[in-house]
Amino acid sequence: MPKAKVAFYWCASCGGCEEAQVDLADKLFDLVEAADIVLWPVAMDFKREDVERMPDGSIDVAIINGGIRMSEHEEMVKLLRRKSKLVVAYGSCAHMGGIPALANAYTKESIFKYAYEEAPTVNNPEGRRPEVRASFDGVELELPAFLDYLKPLDEVVEVDYYIPGCPPTPEITWEAISSILSGKLPPKGHVFGSDRALCYECPLNETKPEKISLDTIKRPHQIVLDPNKCYLTQGVLCMGPVTRGGCKALCIKGNMPCTGCFGPVDGVSYQGAKALSFFSSIINIDDENTFRKLVEELGVDPLGWFAKYCLGKGTIYRKKEER
Amino acid sequence: MREVVIDPITRLEGHGKIVIKLDENGNVQKAILQVPELRGFEKFLVGRTAEDAPQITSRICGVCPWAHHMAATKALDDLFKVEPPLAAKMIREFAYNVFMLEDHALHFFVLGGPDFIVGPTAAKEERNLVGIIKKLGADVVKNVIITRKKLRYLEQLIGGKITHPVLGLPGGVAKPLSDEDWKICFDTSKEGIEFAKFAYKALKDIVLSNDQYVELIKSDAYTHKTYYMGLVDDNNNVNFYDGKIRVVDPEGREFAKFDVRNYLDHIAEHVEPWTYVRFTYLKGVGWKGFVDGKESGIYSVAPLARLNASNGMATPMANELYKEFYQVMGGKPIHSTLAFHWARVIEMVYAAERMMELIENPEIRSKDVRNLPKERPDVGIGVVEAPRGTLIHHYETDERGIIKRANLIVATQNNSARMVLSVDKAARSLIKNGKIDDGILNMVEMAFRAYDPCHACATHSLPGSMPLIVRIYDSDDNLIKEIRRD
Repeated sequence: MPKAKVAFYWCASCGGCEEAQVDLADKLFDLVEAADIVLWPVAMDFKREDVERMPDGSIDVAIINGGIRMSEHEEMVKLLRRKSKLVVAYGSCAHMGGIPALANAYTKESIFKYAYEEAPTVNNPEGRRPEVRASFDGVELELPAFLDYLKPLDEVVEVDYYIPGCPPTPEITWEAISSILSGKLPPKGHVFGSDRALCYECPLNETKPEKISLDTIKRPHQIVLDPNKCYLTQGVLCMGPVTRGGCKALCIKGNMPCTGCFGPVDGVSYQGAKALSFFSSIINIDDENTFRKLVEELGVDPLGWFAKYCLGKGTIYRKKEER
Repeated sequence: MREVVIDPITRLEGHGKIVIKLDENGNVQKAILQVPELRGFEKFLVGRTAEDAPQITSRICGVCPWAHHMAATKALDDLFKVEPPLAAKMIREFAYNVFMLEDHALHFFVLGGPDFIVGPTAAKEERNLVGIIKKLGADVVKNVIITRKKLRYLEQLIGGKITHPVLGLPGGVAKPLSDEDWKICFDTSKEGIEFAKFAYKALKDIVLSNDQYVELIKSDAYTHKTYYMGLVDDNNNVNFYDGKIRVVDPEGREFAKFDVRNYLDHIAEHVEPWTYVRFTYLKGVGWKGFVDGKESGIYSVAPLARLNASNGMATPMANELYKEFYQVMGGKPIHSTLAFHWARVIEMVYAAERMMELIENPEIRSKDVRNLPKERPDVGIGVVEAPRGTLIHHYETDERGIIKRANLIVATQNNSARMVLSVDKAARSLIKNGKIDDGILNMVEMAFRAYDPCHACATHSLPGSMPLIVRIYDSDDNLIKEIRRD
């Protein structure tokens, strides 16, 4: 039987997903035993034309990380979709946009203006910006275009499975890869990881009361957290109740609250709205003025707190250029 | 006129590209390194709560998340005007040195090292971890993999997550070291010293004892006389975690020494339309274009630059190696780009010795690891030495600590102008009369690989070869030759 063909590709990512793949360590050798890696820019020669030359559908699975930020990313994932039987979105950026999707709350123009003109160290009186076509000492050069928004993978191509996390753990990565390679395919659209909220695997879960009620909210730098007590009961927002489990509560073991990188649990489409509704329901302040005062003094950042990794999914936040 | 395109090379976040333009005689008219990506972190940090910056900015890079996490955390100390307890500082610096050792080791054995350990023009299928296994034996590689795994485990014990840690808070760290964790840290530190010594021995046996390599390192193709920048302690010794920023000129004389809070007086950035990266330069000298020399404000950071900008290493074994380095290379400063690799191994020894110094100090076991901020935040600026050089985070907030403005001087950016020079010079020196082969192209790549530019992937790749395709076109744009590396 011919070995399966696996492709790895990366878009707008930080390299943390590649770290997670390299952290497979000895499992990486099992992977090479079971499959031919036909594309992996980190490790082997890569050329777009090579992929173009492959027959459509000849790659068994393409595992893609990073969000779609540049024109080059969009072109590559469309090509990979055509060539692959299965496409897996790997990591929070491909899954939901990830942290770089926080840029969607700003226009492309304002991002460029800040980066190339307004940043305090920039000295650019001529107002130069990177251009798709430019020349340098007589050499004509091309750059990929910066798109209007950062989009998650499934907004550009059809996605079969999702591996969540920023980055995913090597354990979940291996669970997903071995399940796909062995042909034991989960239903389309399946998100690997736990199908329940992080609280169920949290070491502090025993200290979480049936009903949580907050009289105030504290930001993590304002409190020394008790490592033995559910953070919600200490007044710190922890995304555990509205986040998929599977990470083994690594941040909690680091004595910091969950920030939601594994995305929503099954059945929830937008984690940000779910989080907002959950936290609204546990705040025990009836008086509107008191609530407003708290929000004002606290400096609430709903995008950063509730939608840190999923803003790419929330089209309502996409800022259009003012015309 | 012909054009040679090396695309893609891997780099910080996404792909890099080298375009080489040849004249009628097949000699290089110009070689250019382009950076084709932007994500806009500085802009979308605006509106976020400041204490979140160490976690958000670690997502700039999954290869050096600890560097961003730590620079951001130190910027928060400054922003909230709160001094962390001694134990917190020691835990931070310990974890940071673990990360430096792990990251440098991977570059030496997997990415940069193969060019020397296996050979710069060795067969392409050998010039990687596979070749290293053949040359040094499977046990050696196993040792590298196991040590890396142990070091990464320490990062998890201390930082929660290995990639994108969560320990940094203004005024301290999220948790103290438990007794069990301390024991594991101590044992691994001991192994870390042996590991660093082993790496140095490998460098010495394979590279430094080979006259051809030493000659290659010293050759003009890989030489640039620029300014050098790095963090130094009170004795002007190299420090990764804290100190003042020191700059020396191409003759090795101190040009500036300043607190990071004053970085705006010293560093400026230049914009070019053909790349997304901004080029930093010394404000006091000015931007003079892509040229080296004392009149040009281009400077360099990372291992060689740190050693050039300092008077020595603060730990005994590393300091002996430092002296030997300058003795063999003929005095300070060293302008040879390939000497970055050697400097990197000296830094591995320092990182391991520093880990041991810190973990042996009983103070690191104190449970007092947080001071809560009490002052109103306004401006915070922090610096660390990332493996790839000086890294500065600068935040301005409102009185609640909501970020209003952010500026990031990222390590590799500091080297980006010098890297453009290096690629151009190496290509000009190595490609003559149209003679191009895989070995020559690898030697062009070596010109930027030495900097260990934060190639998010390549640094951690197996088998460690840079993906490379070179297409050579004739003057009518017909493809006449293609060189591929698998």
